[in-house]
Formats: sequence, structure tokens, C-alpha cells
Amino acid sequence: MRYEADSVDVIVVGGGHAGCEAALAAARMGLKTIMFAINLDSVAMMPCNPSIGGSSKGHLVKEVDALGGEMGKNIDKTYIQTKMLNTGKGPAVYSLRAQADKNRYKETMKQTLENTENLKIRQNEVTEILVEDGKVTGVVTHSEAIFRCKAVVLCMGTYMKARCLYGETIMDCGPNGLMNATKLSQNLMDLGIKLYRFKTGTPARIDKRTVDFSKMEPQYGDENIVPFSFENKPEDIYREQIPCWLTYTNEETHNIIRENLHRSPMYAGVIEGTGTRYCPSIEDKIVRFSDKNRHQIFIEPEGEGTYEMYVQGMSTSLPEDVQLKMYRSVPGLENCEIMRTAYAIEYDCIDATQLKLSLEFKNIKGLFSAGQFNGTSGYEEAAAQGIIGGINAAQYVKGEKPLILKRSDAYIGVLIDDIVTKGSKEPYRMMTSRAEYRLLLRQDNADQRLTKLGYEVGLVTEKRYQRLIEKEKLVAEEIERVQSVIITPKEEVLNLLAEYGSTPIKSGVRLSELIKRPELNYFKLAPIDKNRPDNLDAEITEQVNIQIKYEGYIKQQLNQVEQFKKLENRLLPEDIDYSTISGLRIEAKQKLDAIRPISIGHASRIAGVSPADISVLLVYMEQMKRKN
Amino acid sequence: MKGTSLDDIIAAISTPAGSGGIGIIRISGNGSIDIADKIFKGVKGIKLKDKKSHTVSYGTVYDIKTGNIIDEVLVTVMKAPNTYTKDDIVEINCHGGTVVVKKVLESVLNSGARLAEPGEFTKRAFLNGRIDLSQAEAVIDVINSKTDMSRQAAVGRLEGKLKEAVNAIRDRLLDMIASIEVAIDYPEHDIEEETYNNMYKQSDEVLKDINRLLETADRGKIVQEGIETVILGKPNVGKSSLLNRFLEEERAIVTDIPGTTRDTVEEFMNIDGIPVKIVDTAGIRETGDIVEKMGVSKSKEYAQKADLVLMMLDVSKELDNEDIEILDFIKDKKSLIILNKSDLENKLDRQKLLEYVNENDIISLSVKENKGIENLTDRIKDMFMTGDVNISDEVMIGNVRHKNSLYYAKESMEKAKITIETRMPEDFISMDLQDALRYLGEITGESVDEEIIDRIFSRFCLGK
Repeated sequence: MRYEADSVDVIVVGGGHAGCEAALAAARMGLKTIMFAINLDSVAMMPCNPSIGGSSKGHLVKEVDALGGEMGKNIDKTYIQTKMLNTGKGPAVYSLRAQADKNRYKETMKQTLENTENLKIRQNEVTEILVEDGKVTGVVTHSEAIFRCKAVVLCMGTYMKARCLYGETIMDCGPNGLMNATKLSQNLMDLGIKLYRFKTGTPARIDKRTVDFSKMEPQYGDENIVPFSFENKPEDIYREQIPCWLTYTNEETHNIIRENLHRSPMYAGVIEGTGTRYCPSIEDKIVRFSDKNRHQIFIEPEGEGTYEMYVQGMSTSLPEDVQLKMYRSVPGLENCEIMRTAYAIEYDCIDATQLKLSLEFKNIKGLFSAGQFNGTSGYEEAAAQGIIGGINAAQYVKGEKPLILKRSDAYIGVLIDDIVTKGSKEPYRMMTSRAEYRLLLRQDNADQRLTKLGYEVGLVTEKRYQRLIEKEKLVAEEIERVQSVIITPKEEVLNLLAEYGSTPIKSGVRLSELIKRPELNYFKLAPIDKNRPDNLDAEITEQVNIQIKYEGYIKQQLNQVEQFKKLENRLLPEDIDYSTISGLRIEAKQKLDAIRPISIGHASRIAGVSPADISVLLVYMEQMKRKN
Repeated sequence: MKGTSLDDIIAAISTPAGSGGIGIIRISGNGSIDIADKIFKGVKGIKLKDKKSHTVSYGTVYDIKTGNIIDEVLVTVMKAPNTYTKDDIVEINCHGGTVVVKKVLESVLNSGARLAEPGEFTKRAFLNGRIDLSQAEAVIDVINSKTDMSRQAAVGRLEGKLKEAVNAIRDRLLDMIASIEVAIDYPEHDIEEETYNNMYKQSDEVLKDINRLLETADRGKIVQEGIETVILGKPNVGKSSLLNRFLEEERAIVTDIPGTTRDTVEEFMNIDGIPVKIVDTAGIRETGDIVEKMGVSKSKEYAQKADLVLMMLDVSKELDNEDIEILDFIKDKKSLIILNKSDLENKLDRQKLLEYVNENDIISLSVKENKGIENLTDRIKDMFMTGDVNISDEVMIGNVRHKNSLYYAKESMEKAKITIETRMPEDFISMDLQDALRYLGEITGESVDEEIIDRIFSRFCLGK
């Protein structure tokens, strides 16, 4: 029998990476919040790769942290290896990645949730969302308990009507053998929400004691540690790191796969969901890139307290017997024992074009959606949406304006704008090339871009905000000092220039001009910069170097952003009736009506809306303005 | 998206092209006076920005790239807000004639303005509150007027060729970008990274391809304008009949010309996909009597400007000195000799004629009896489709807008080369290449959105 269990402000459905950020954000913003998870042991679980960050994903984690989120702090506490990738390739694409101790990661996150004021966590399956007059009023659990609330954030990840497959084996379960959520899908469809079916997969976990590492190349972490969280200093989180290992597939592996392709549910046509090109299974790789005679395989520890190791590069849905043969054909894995079988998983998710940029459903007030359920892939993408979903659920309850990040503000802005405006035909992965202003959206300046916004919505503490102000002040002062320093062609200077193969100077030159030379930088010029303060932190000097060295390029992108913002700031009324605007083409009317863009700039990114349509919209808006 | 910018500087030719004694280039937007100052030299070095509003200055306009004088001009400066668009407006009055007006416009565009969309001055006037509300619908009509609706199939086909050529360049760019981006997004995958030397070589090739396209535009071969053709000949030789015959066979030839010169009416015909514009040399059809009126020197002048000269002779008459003089003048031009009235007795000295022209370039026909016309059209087709003049190279860059985009793409590639030369990190190279890709996409209508990512995943094997 149904009973009234509780009444709160915000309910988060799901305790994965999106759910944790959403729940923490709402609770930290002072709202009574409950987070439901189908199993509390799976809160912040990493059902696939044991790492956080990487190219563009690392940016997302830094941004989540800058807004006051938890992912960065949590991985800083639980990493077992860390690396800054792409350091040779320009400051925009420096990418931080850490290997995680999976168990410690989820335990630590769960402790944080438990210790957060205003937040309760509950193990139960939510089976129904209560909606009255187009507004969310609560949820109902499998146990028939009614929880009243003002806003709900859906973060169900890959659990919805999930099934896992390998070979002929099909299991009705969520990731990692956990229970799936079977009832909510129908309820959502009844609420007018369209569902899709996506597919992804994970490789096997093997027993470390059965691996011959002598046949593999070790992969070590960096000696100089860079924390994910702007609140941590390197020395605070220093620890001994654990290596990963590199090996390769070979022709034998590929033959085994080819001979058994017909037993893959993907190739046998059993899988209905749309897979992703970003995480192809090993059988996909062999079929699509048949000319490659070997593929990289990274063997990565799942944590310190376990012998399980993740076989990165060999995700598969082939039958178990084939998996064993296939893994054992790889050098170093000849005697490996599988501890968990690789599988493909398919699940219900939504086309995110049903959402506003705030992540609220267009047709239901107070209902927000975030994470893999929105058709994305990856822990980081999930967390990024989670924090925005949580913030905006809280803003909604408070009657405040939603926080919407622009494409020129953050990768998070690019991510949400992409999925909400263009939709996604396959699980969406963040990539650096999606961000058109990436030189401005660096991982090192995420705090300067976003912490103020996090502070304004009440998620970032006063203390942390003041620290940012202080940092910005120190950076500005040092840049000003560097720009005023004149270097003269003294012997010491010429020797230093010669040392780096840099053209000698003939007369006095600004230090900032020397920093701009490709072969030089702020740090290399320290010996001839006599009045340099010696108490500046690495986070300050790094900013000084980047901002001076790449000044021209940065300015160029800032100009582009100025142009971009002019159109973004021309807001379209929410209740605009596109069907009545004469001059718009029919296709444009339909697309505009479906997506309901918030601004002229937003409208211009919709496929099927032409520059002429945009002109018509501008004229229409001017007409409206003058009529009123 | 450049076309939807709200307050950048726009420019266009605002007088009908071709005819008329003067041409006006209008520039609007805040900063247009600065742009005009970049290419204008007034007497005593006067700067336009120092002039009062609504005043006219005399001086010369320069090509911003070469520094060469283009024309003597009168420049009107009108400062905001009392102007048509309520923004600063500069109008450059130069001597008429397509070439001069276009050169001035190009110099303006190369100084930082962009070409205005159809109706854009009016749109701005409306958005800035200058035009009455009742005119709003008319503004929308202007925006929506598909200037290309009446465009001939031939033009469309040629534009298709341009897109093909641009897509071939984009394809190479995408490969380059994908190679850089994949290494950024998958830093640990064993993908062979591009060397700087190789990237430089490829960028250079892309730049050359873009330049080649741009050059075709500079030669003045413009899709919408077709092959400029002039028919010369004595009175009553049959020029007007030939023109009328062409026009009869090509229905709906009178068309307005899209692009910068959109208000003009031209005699436009289509010979199997080749747009041919019969230059209206003061109305052949009305007078039928051009040589007499023009005289030999005027004929030479027209012949000089034309891409193709059709010299018409009456076989029933002997060659005279005037004929010989013109024949001599056009022998190095692309020209055909039309022997009309083949139905009458032949009195023309063919041997004499062959001293000036090739056998191949002599075509006998009878307009009156409609005989041999197809020999002429076949020959024109041969000349422009094959041999030394390839239509697909020569007549590709049509409107100035395409050229504008190509120009920006070229600038981005030049920057990319410098970025590579100075050994900046790959990331910066990719940014320049992506700019070029976006500009080229403006010509073909492609958006960059998923293209790079599609390319990455179709070329490289990645994943977990």
C-alpha cells in the first residue's frame, strides 16, 4: 500500500557520478535533498575503466571542481597514478588523467555524501515520478513509499531496462550484475518523454597474479603531481604511484575473433541499441580496421586492495570461451584467469533535445535529467551534467534563474549545448575539437572561468572565492611587472639566449617579448629576470607564462567570443509561436518549435535553420519590441 | 557564422553594374570610415575620419594589397545616426564599369568589411529603428528573395564544380586536422604523429589550391556573368539576327544576375552548360548597326575587353581595309569568324582571310535559313570546355562572397604556415586549420560540427 514517507526539496534518482554531483550540489546550496540508489554499495561506482580524466574529460573534472563539485577532490584522495597528457601540444589541450582505486573512490564519495548536511541517501528503486499540472510533485519507490518534493533530477545512468550480453548469454541486469530499473521507463513514456536505446560495453577483469608483466612495457605516472582540485596543493596529495602496463594484440588474436564473429550478439543482430564509435569493441576494431595487425592493450590495476586488472582496449561481447582464448593470445596474458567477464550493455536513455539548456524537461516543470541517461558516455560527462542538474534543480526550487554555461564559458557549456541542441545518435563523448574556443577553456584556468559562478549560486564557499580573487590579483601583478621589464643585450643574457638557440638581441627588449619566442618561456628566463618574486606558487607562474606567451592567440579567440556573445545575448522569448512568423521556412519553424532555443545564437546552431531564417527572427523580434 | 553578425561592417555595390557612368560602393557599420581611410588618399592627405558628416571628398582609391591606384573617386562620409542604416556609412563614387567597381569593392572587403547579404542594408535600417514598422514585411521579403531562383542550370552546374573543388580542399584539411586532433584526444594511442615538415608541405599545397581558385576570380571570369562575348561586324551583316536566333533558342534568357550586381538585366544564354553573356554594346538589336556607329577604334575597345569575339562577315562581299584592320587586331584574341549568308554567292577571298585566322575558327552559316548555327555553338563549346581554356578552372569563382570566404581561408592557411614554421604546438596549428575549414564550409554550406570527429573515427582505430 502506498504511504507518505517524506517531503523534501530535491530528489535525485540514481547515485552514479551524475547523481552524486547533483545531490551534493542541491544539498550544499541549502536544500533538503534525498538521493536514491538502487544499491548503496554502488554509489559512485566505476563500472568500466578505472580512471578519471584524460583529454577534454580532464577539463570537465576541473570545471566541476571549479563550480564546487566533488569529483576532482574525490579522485585526488583516491588516485593510484596520475599523469598530465599532451604536455608537448599546447596549453589548451594539456589533459590530466588519474588511475583510481575503484573501491576507495566509491567509499570515499559515499562518506562525503553521508557527511553532507541536508542530504539523505536511500537504497530503493524509484518506479514513478509524480507530476501534477505539468509540475513535478514527488516520486514513488518500489516499496510504495511516496516522497514529496519540488524538483527531481533523473540520473539513472545505464540502469533503465538494462540487459547485459556476451555471446549467447543474456542477463536482465544493470552494469556489474546489479539490479536494473524496469518500471520507470514506462512511467516516463506515459509522461510524454521519448526514449531511445543505446549500447556500450566493458572488457574483462583479469587476475593480476596470472599476468606475466615481464612481457609488457610499464607505464608510470608523473613525478610532478598536478591535483584535479584547485583546493589541493601537490604536496597535500603526494603518494607512491602504481604503474599500468602496455601490451599488444596480434594476428592470432584477430583470427580467434574473426572465426567467432557470428557468436557476437552485435554481429548476430541480437543487440538493438546504438553503439558508439568512441568505445568500439575489439571485434568492431578488427572488422573496421582489418589492415591493422595489432592493437594496443593497457593492463590497469582496479585498485590496491584487489588483484583485479582492467584490460583496456579489449571490450567485447563475444562468448566467454572465446574471450578466454582471445585474451590468452596476448603476450603476457597467456595464462590469465578472467575474474569478471566482458559484456555489452544496452539500456534506455533519452534524446536530450527534450531538455532545455538548464537540463530541465521542456514539458515538465521541475524535472531535470543528467548523465548517461541523457545519451552521453563517460563518468566525467555525467558528473558535469550532474552538477548543473543539481544546481538548476536548486535554483528552480528557490525561484532563481538557472545557471547556463555558454560554449565560450566551459566544456560543460559545449557538452550541454551540443546534446540539447543537436541531440545525439550515439553515446556522446566530450572531445577537444568540439570546443571552438578551447584556447580560452583550458584546464588550468577553469577556476578563473567558473568559480565566481559557483560562488554566486551559493555552491562555492566565501573562503575559496577569496582565494581565487587573491590568485587573480597576484597573476595580474606579475604580468604587469613582466611587461615592464626591459632586458638588455648583456653577456649573461646573450649566453642564455644562445643556450636555447634563440636569436641574440641587439638592443633592449621587453621580457614579455622574449617569453613569446617559441623556444623560450617565463621559466627559462628566470636567471636574467633579476627582480622576480620568489614566493609565487606554481599555479600563479603557470598563468603568467601562458597568458603572456600566447597573448596574441588568446586575444584572437577573445574577439571571436565577443562576436559569438552578441548573438547569444539576443534572447528569444520562451513562449514564441514560430508557426505564426511569416517568412520562416517550414523546416525552420518545425526545428525551432522542437528545440525552443533561448537565443538567436542558440537558434543559429540548429541544423535546418538558415542565416535567412535568423534574419527573419531578428526582424520579427524588432517588430515585437516596437509593438510593445 | 559570418552572415548573421549584427554589427560588423558590410559593403556592396549599390548601383546597377555594367552600364552607367558611375558606380557606388556603399559601406555601413561602425568602423566603416576607418576602413575607407585605409584605402583612400585624399588631396593634402586629408583623412575621412576628420571630415564632417555628410560631406564629399575627392581623392584616389588604392588596392590595399598591391598599393596600386584603382580609380579617382568622390567619397561621401555620413556619420551615425543620421544615415540610412543609422550606422556610419561611406559611399565611394567611382567610374562605372564592372572591373573598376569590383576592384574597389574587393579592396574594401580586403580591408575588413564583409559583403552584404541581399537586403542587408535595409534589414539593418529596420533593426536600428530607421524604417517604419509597416515596412517590416517588405524587409522579410527582401531577405527571403531567392536571388538564385532564376539562376540558370548552367550556373548551378558551375557552382557545383566550385563546391567540388572546395570540398576537395576541405577533404585534405579534414585529414590534417583529424591527424592532429586524434593525437590530442588519444594521446597514448600508437598513432604516427604528423611531422612539422609534412604538415608544412600539406598546408602549402592547400594554400596553393586556394590561391588557384582565387586567381580564377581575379581573371574576372565570373560564373554569373558568363563568357563576355561581343559580336562585331558591318551593318546588315546579320548580327542582330544571330543574336535573336540565339535568344529564340534559349528561352527566358533575360535574367537578373545574382551576386553583387543583382539588379542588372543582361542578355544571357546557355550553350550546353556554358553561360555566355552577350555584351550589350549599346543595343545591337535596336540599331543592328554597330560598326558604323562605333568605328574601328570603338570595335577594338570592345574586342579588347571581351573573352570571346565573334566577327561576322558577309560572304557575298569582299574584305575591305576596315575588316582587315579588325581581323589583325583580334588575331591574338579568342575569336571566331562567322561567314554569314552562306546561302548567297561567295565573293569573299578565303585565302586572304586565312592569313589572319585558322581554318578551324572560320564558321560558315546562314542565319536566315537557320543553317550551321550548331557549328558555331559546338565550336564555342569546344573552345571553353577543352583545350587551353578550361571552363572548370576559368569560370568558377562566381560571387564576391565566395571569394571573400576563400580569402579568409587563405589568410588562415597563411597563418597556419607561420604557426608551423615557428614550431608552435600542434594545437595552434589545428586552430588555424579549423578556421580555414570553417571559411571553406561557408562556400559549400557544410558545418564543421561532426565532420572532424567523423573523420577521426573513420580513419583511426580507437577505444577502450
